[in-house]
Amino acid sequence: MMFEPGTTFSAVVVENLTRTQIVQYAGASGDYNPIHTDEVFATQVAGYPSVFAHGMLTMGLTGRMLTDLVGADRLLTFGGRFTAQVWPGDDLTTTATVAEVSDDGGPPVVSLTVSTHNQHGVEVFAGSATARVDDA
Amino acid sequence: MSEIRFPIEAGHVLMFARSIGDPNPVYADGILAPPTFVQASAQFTPDYPLRPKIGEPWFGSGREATGRPPRSEQSSSSGSSGGGGGGGTGLHAEQHYEYHRTPRVGDVLTATTRPGERWEKQGRRAGKLLFAETITEYRDQDGNLVVTARGISVRTERAVEQP
Repeated sequence: MMFEPGTTFSAVVVENLTRTQIVQYAGASGDYNPIHTDEVFATQVAGYPSVFAHGMLTMGLTGRMLTDLVGADRLLTFGGRFTAQVWPGDDLTTTATVAEVSDDGGPPVVSLTVSTHNQHGVEVFAGSATARVDDA
Repeated sequence: MSEIRFPIEAGHVLMFARSIGDPNPVYADGILAPPTFVQASAQFTPDYPLRPKIGEPWFGSGREATGRPPRSEQSSSSGSSGGGGGGGTGLHAEQHYEYHRTPRVGDVLTATTRPGERWEKQGRRAGKLLFAETITEYRDQDGNLVVTARGISVRTERAVEQP
């Protein structure tokens, strides 16, 4: 009985996020926005302290924790809000808490509350996911 | 409403999985695509404003800190994840996916994007906030729905103040 309501799972999804990883994500995703890839533009034009990560990089890192937990072909839904910016040097940890397990006769569906926070305890992604599992 | 062809290719999935720090062999070996991979359909969007185009000025730094303003600020086109730069900034506020099945390497998806709702809010740290929702349906080569994506972008009046 791995997925009991209230059970929490946690994993570090990145440590000391580098500008290079942000650029790597830009190249793979196709989003080359200079606020993520160009320190000169981010600081002098856009007015930020440095470049910062794509929200979708944070969500991608978060998704890895979920697919490690439930399996790569098990997600039914995954979504959330980007609640704070993620900066070079950040450490991110994702926590998934079982909210509900429903069983309509077929394989059980696990509902998870998903939260990713930085090294200061600030939540950067607040979301949820559902997954079909073999055995709750 | 716009429609693009999005082939899921093994090398692209490998690069994407590396960029999110995911060593799962189902991605490296070209079997499945990660849950947020459909966002990379931007690579196949011909007029995607956040990619430099051959022969066109780019708004990032070169000799000067900025070039031309992003296309998304020149006109109010329905870009899928906002634009960037200038006094205000286009930011991604929310993203939601519904998976009808897991996308696989070898799928040739067709992505159909339509604008959703738009609304305004007064923010504490970035002035007036303009929210815009975009819904994208990804269908496979047989016409079956694979992923429904709902994104919300926000355009801020100025850079977000840091706490």
